[in-house]
Amino acid sequence: MTPDAAGISPNVTREHGLTLLREMLRIRRFEEKCAELYSAGKIRGFLHLYIGEEAVAVGAMQALAPEDAVVATYREHGHALARGISADRLMAEMYGKHEGCSRGRGGSMHVFDADTRFYGGNAIVGGGLPVAVGLALADRMQNRRRVTACFFGDGAVAEGEFHESLNLAVLWKLPVLFLCENNLYAMGTRIERAQSQVDLCEKARSYRMPAEPVDGMDVVACEAAARRIAERVRGGEGPAFIEFQTYRFRAHSMFDAELYRDKSEVDAWKPRDPILTFTTALEASGNATDDQLAALNRTVADEIATAVQFAEAGTWEPVEDLLKDVYTR
Amino acid sequence: MTITYREAIRTAVREALTRDSRVFLMGEDVGRYGGAYAVSKGLLAEFGPERIRDTPLSESAFVGAGIGAALAGMRPIVEVMTVNFSLLALDQIVNNAATIRHMSGGQFSIPVVIRMATGAGRQLAAQHAHSLEGWYAHIPGLRIVAPATLEDARGMLWTALEDPDPVLIFEHQVLYNMEGQLAEHAGAVDIDRAAVRRDGTDVSLITYGGSLGKTLQAAEALAGDGISAEVVDLRTLRPLDMPVILSSVTKTRRAVIVDEGWKSGSLAAEISARLVEQAFYELDAPIARVCSAEVPIPYPKHLEDAAVPQPAGIVAAARQTLGRRG
Repeated sequence: MTPDAAGISPNVTREHGLTLLREMLRIRRFEEKCAELYSAGKIRGFLHLYIGEEAVAVGAMQALAPEDAVVATYREHGHALARGISADRLMAEMYGKHEGCSRGRGGSMHVFDADTRFYGGNAIVGGGLPVAVGLALADRMQNRRRVTACFFGDGAVAEGEFHESLNLAVLWKLPVLFLCENNLYAMGTRIERAQSQVDLCEKARSYRMPAEPVDGMDVVACEAAARRIAERVRGGEGPAFIEFQTYRFRAHSMFDAELYRDKSEVDAWKPRDPILTFTTALEASGNATDDQLAALNRTVADEIATAVQFAEAGTWEPVEDLLKDVYTR
Repeated sequence: MTITYREAIRTAVREALTRDSRVFLMGEDVGRYGGAYAVSKGLLAEFGPERIRDTPLSESAFVGAGIGAALAGMRPIVEVMTVNFSLLALDQIVNNAATIRHMSGGQFSIPVVIRMATGAGRQLAAQHAHSLEGWYAHIPGLRIVAPATLEDARGMLWTALEDPDPVLIFEHQVLYNMEGQLAEHAGAVDIDRAAVRRDGTDVSLITYGGSLGKTLQAAEALAGDGISAEVVDLRTLRPLDMPVILSSVTKTRRAVIVDEGWKSGSLAAEISARLVEQAFYELDAPIARVCSAEVPIPYPKHLEDAAVPQPAGIVAAARQTLGRRG
């Protein structure tokens, strides 16, 4: 990456630039609030923060149409917000409230939403890939021009389900966009300790799937790659693979003491913070004034505050409904 | 008409493909090869490779693909060659198919049907002959059925496809060649209820799948000895049809459960526990279980036969509940 890689490109209008920034800020502030609420005991279970990786979800999501499908991981708050699930319903889900997007049953790791075709929130690493293949298979069999965007991390690449799914998707020429978020760590295991081949694109190419790496800290680059590649997938050329090279600033989960990496490594990545670099680029190119940025921050802060109020005011599903929806009938 | 169990399933698959354009079949060697147990023989020529899909040996991917396709409006029939192979797809079946409806607050349902062969009896040894349907019956969110008759082989599939939730169909491998009469107009049957296959008054023999035939033979032998055995075919392993089981046991006051799974932690254990919980005071004798010996199923015929329930063992267990020895 060049130092100015995050610079706003000629193809990005001022308005769109501000939209991208706002979307990343929504995720950042939402998750910072979640960390606070976790400490306060309002959110329980496992909480995996996406902080540092926001450019990937925001950039990639620009390439999707409403009728497309999304399959994500257990680190999916960013994908959910960028896909259009409201902060209110997502926060209520974090609380486990009935008004949550999964009716409170899933929590942080299991976000579902039929309206935006958001099929999880899958907390089994690699488990979402076969499902994404099936969603795309249905589209192909029904002659629908839809794309299924499947997010997963570098950890999933070591799973058998990754290899089975890529092979099947190529064999059947299915419209799946495989979006690998390589943040270098599978929980605490650095990629060199887990992968005999650390060039993840090579693995996709070995299945004869087009693959390319993208700077995952650069929202404009993420969007450009996703749009270009998604159109090929939508056009019936078969699946494709993008490796977003990114970094997780926070611990794996709230229980992680981060014994496996030096603070200096995290600090070295901090200047590449996608929000920081993109804000700087917008300012430097005269696309955002201090006033505009302040207004943007206020809007986002308000949205998150409202979401917390919404979640606080939410209700608990009655215990009598415990067994509801195990089966349809 | 005279028909085999295999042909009855094939007829059901063909009917489903004909009636509903959302239905397709996928699995290992279901197309050109005609199916490991020849169930889908001829269907590729009839319906083409889009709807009769050969898959690579990737159980997790193609079972998961069935789940995904069902989520997106299709009605997939996924064939897994044997229950032993389905363990490679356990993640998809247990973590996704069984959970997504509840975990999504009822937003998504998964109308997938997964068929697989189960059971011993063809000298295929320990990696092709186990009866693991009891494991699956442990999982809330799944519906588990075991057709033991031609009518059920013919009729359960359509009902399973119409069900909005995942249904696993277990076809005992010794049944595929079973031949008998099936009405021309035979069609869909329920997948909720147990069936009494033989009326009796002295003891209830409760079984399913590949053990039904052996249990009926045992009942016949018992009749020769003056013992009137009732035979209950569970048909559906989850949820269990307790009213039919309880009504039979309440009548006969004795129960023998015949289950090709291993006894420890088995479906037979579950039924026994429920009978103790719900019908303890109706029982005149301890519940008996005839299950597989606690070994991996061996290859040689004499050991395989010794490992799984046989009519003689069922007869002996039934006699014991009546206080008769030998």
